Amino acid sequence: MMSMHTIKVTVNGAAETLSVPSHMTLLQMLRDRLALTGTKNGCSAGECGACTVLMNGEPVNSCMVLAVEADGAEVLTVEGLADDGHLTALQQAFVDHNAVQCGFCTPGMLISAHALLHRNPHPSGDDVKEALTGNLCRCTGYLRIVEAVQDAAEKGGA
Amino acid sequence: MPQRKEAHSVERSTSEPVGKSVRRADAYDKVTGIATYTDDLQFGPGLYHARLVRSPHAHALIKRIDTSKALQVPGVKAVVTGKDAPEIVGMYLVDRPVLAGERVRYVGDPVAGVIATSEEIAEQAVQLVRVEYEPLPAVLDTEDALAPGAPLLHPNLGEYKVANFIFPEPGTNISEHFKLRRGDVDSAWPQCAAIVEGTFRLPQIQHVPLETHVSVALWEASEQVTLWTSTQSPHAQRDLIAQSLNIPHGNLRVVSPYVGGGFGGKAGVTMEACAVVLARAVTGHPVKLRMTREEEFVGTTMRQSLLARTKIGCDAEGNLLAMETAYYFGGGAYNDYGVNIARAAGYSCTGPYNIPNVKGDSYSVYTNLPIGGPMRGFGMPEIHWGIEQIMDQLAEKIGMSPAEFRRRNCVKSNDTILTGMKIPPIDLVTCIDKVADAVRLGEKEQPSAPHKRRGKGLAIMWKAPAMPPNPGSSAIVRFNEDATVIVEIGAQELGQGAFTVAAQMAAHALGVPYEWVRVVSPIDTKYSPYEWQTVASRVTWSMGNAVKAAAEDARRQILEIVGAYWGQDPSDLDIKGGKVISYKTEEEQPLQNMVIYGLPNENFEGWQGGPVIGRGSFMPTYVTNLDFDTGQGPRAVVHYTVGAQAVDLEIDTETGQVDILKIASAYDVGKAINPDLVMAQIEGGAVHGISSAFESLRFDEKGQPLNRNLVDYRIATAVDVPGEIGGYFVETPLEDGPWGARGVGEHVMVPTAPAIANAIYNAIGVRFSDLPLSAERIYLALNP
Repeated sequence: MMSMHTIKVTVNGAAETLSVPSHMTLLQMLRDRLALTGTKNGCSAGECGACTVLMNGEPVNSCMVLAVEADGAEVLTVEGLADDGHLTALQQAFVDHNAVQCGFCTPGMLISAHALLHRNPHPSGDDVKEALTGNLCRCTGYLRIVEAVQDAAEKGGA
Repeated sequence: MPQRKEAHSVERSTSEPVGKSVRRADAYDKVTGIATYTDDLQFGPGLYHARLVRSPHAHALIKRIDTSKALQVPGVKAVVTGKDAPEIVGMYLVDRPVLAGERVRYVGDPVAGVIATSEEIAEQAVQLVRVEYEPLPAVLDTEDALAPGAPLLHPNLGEYKVANFIFPEPGTNISEHFKLRRGDVDSAWPQCAAIVEGTFRLPQIQHVPLETHVSVALWEASEQVTLWTSTQSPHAQRDLIAQSLNIPHGNLRVVSPYVGGGFGGKAGVTMEACAVVLARAVTGHPVKLRMTREEEFVGTTMRQSLLARTKIGCDAEGNLLAMETAYYFGGGAYNDYGVNIARAAGYSCTGPYNIPNVKGDSYSVYTNLPIGGPMRGFGMPEIHWGIEQIMDQLAEKIGMSPAEFRRRNCVKSNDTILTGMKIPPIDLVTCIDKVADAVRLGEKEQPSAPHKRRGKGLAIMWKAPAMPPNPGSSAIVRFNEDATVIVEIGAQELGQGAFTVAAQMAAHALGVPYEWVRVVSPIDTKYSPYEWQTVASRVTWSMGNAVKAAAEDARRQILEIVGAYWGQDPSDLDIKGGKVISYKTEEEQPLQNMVIYGLPNENFEGWQGGPVIGRGSFMPTYVTNLDFDTGQGPRAVVHYTVGAQAVDLEIDTETGQVDILKIASAYDVGKAINPDLVMAQIEGGAVHGISSAFESLRFDEKGQPLNRNLVDYRIATAVDVPGEIGGYFVETPLEDGPWGARGVGEHVMVPTAPAIANAIYNAIGVRFSDLPLSAERIYLALNP
């Protein structure tokens, strides 16, 4: 039998107490329990980066983290970026540069880039590419995403 | 012609938005996580989950299926097999069982589906379905499939329902044979000063959309059926699934929210019919069927493999004289959509060249591999791989530059092309000039290190939308009280920007600002007007014509109402910035309220007008079928989009690594409705094209897939982006395009692989006739 665990987790600033089975991933918890469907499932195997969220400030593939591992953690998802409908500099840069096409990789890209700008406020193009290698995109060819991240950095960060 | 940086500044003031780089209509929703995709829809606790039982054999007969153990698992609601669902489905050739009944034809062919209260339970029960197979000899290689006495994958090929322009050869594994005959190649060969012959091979590759296929189906007791699904083809799915499952069209509703990448992989019907037959077994419960990434790699559709044998000759002045070619597309287990890829490759078999004598044969061939289907380019990346390398070789043989050779021979406006039709105006020569200049083609440049070699290469392309002769589009334009505009279309937003250009065109034709227009989403066949499919780079053109017509219809009605109100002739009136204006009296009438409530007569003695609804539709009516023996006919296709690409690259001789320094692309788009979105397609397509040259699905000798995950099947990542991507467009208006526009979504990756091959040859003097390329192959070629 699956055993259930009670966890306390802060998601986008809101404290949640949840009862989750041992094998539930953080991704499943976000999407199925909290209806935070902005975080996408592209492979369930840690290969595509579509499910990237911040856990205690670090980007993780939420499909590779168990919900129980997030007990006590602070989690940030794409839904937590904009403040009262106002886009962050990074989100605005993705809009301005047409760095979005189908949009399925976008939430994970934004989170990875957000983390990058927090640890390196003035990344070079190569720094950005390196930071985003774990986030696959089939539409854009990446160039506009890299430019958007650098533009956001110039305009004052994440 | 806007350069990229200029196109980049997104306009804020957007009256007359056609031709302006307005902000994407879907951008805000997509950067905030609001945008809803099929897997994000909420169905509540009544939702069931399904998983498929898939064949472990490439070719076998199904002897017996025992579902009893699976049915005993707590939480399992039903198990459906091919016996319960004997229907077959297909686009151009109806050859694909929804669930394999008697025979499996590739590793991964679905034979049953398990429905349970959770995905985990369904997966457990899948392991308990016992299927007894009688293995048959498998045919994995296209040439083996063509050999006399080869095992037949579809012994009853002659009984399948087929479109009247597709010609299968029953009793063989050939599902389509297209013949092109023009002039007399045999008498032309002796006139040739140079002849180059080659055999070229391309493997099956996968689309790899970031969102895998996912469908939710609900079959209600009332026989109403709803399918929520990630698709490029809501209306085509309604038609094909309704026909296949004998559901009245009015009872089948297909709802499709945002699609997380398509690239052709979500065109037609792939796994969606499975979801519907599974839902039929659990009436009243929605059933979700979501492809895992592994399944996406084998259980949906793949780009077909190609074996091409091509011979082309020219005279001493560099005029092309003759071409003989045979294209064998490895169509995989079912060719329901793939047959039309072979046909498209047949009627465009020369590539974008005038060649007076042509003998072309294009075949689609069944093999025991995953299902071949449409992918960005629809046969064109495959055939241009060989053609464009031969053109370089011919140019070299007669001592002409690759650019000059192509300028001389490429198709030009109103030329009579290989099928006998006149090609509508295009300007390929300017495209060649743009990219040749951009990389300084022909100028030798120094590599960045002594152990590196630098090279440049060029390739050109053409592609026509490949469709039945009569694919239609329709649109409705209506209003809110505040004169903001609701545009209803059936075309899908896959990321290419369809909703944005629809809004731009409606706003422009009406005379209102872009920001006033919203496009209705999700696409829902219950409410959305008809659109054949979002494929073939046809939507900007075809849907655009429908949207423009609908907006013009609404505009005409508004001007009639205001004309009657003012007592003026509507032809003296116009709509600008959301107001009706009179050129005669300079009166103004805002659209607010009047588009719903009309306008009063003097002293309120009655009213004029009423809610304004514009309707528009478009369907090409001029395409003809082609002669079976020669492929000749008055109008093979609606039009062609043409373009050119040039690559400047460096090869590390110590590792074989290819580093693309610059890629430049130019396409004749007719009219860029949104210049920056055109550039976004050109850039994304260039990287998709580069990636495709290094991709391959691999199988063992029994047809077992070897690389069905994103670690073993690599696609381009951020670090693989070229140092510089140059995009240019040319605007030669298309006679029946909205504002002259034609499509460009697929074309952007057609010439990429051969441009790279030509640049590699330029760098190291080695030609590669087979894909995929790899650092290993290049290293071994340099160090034999």
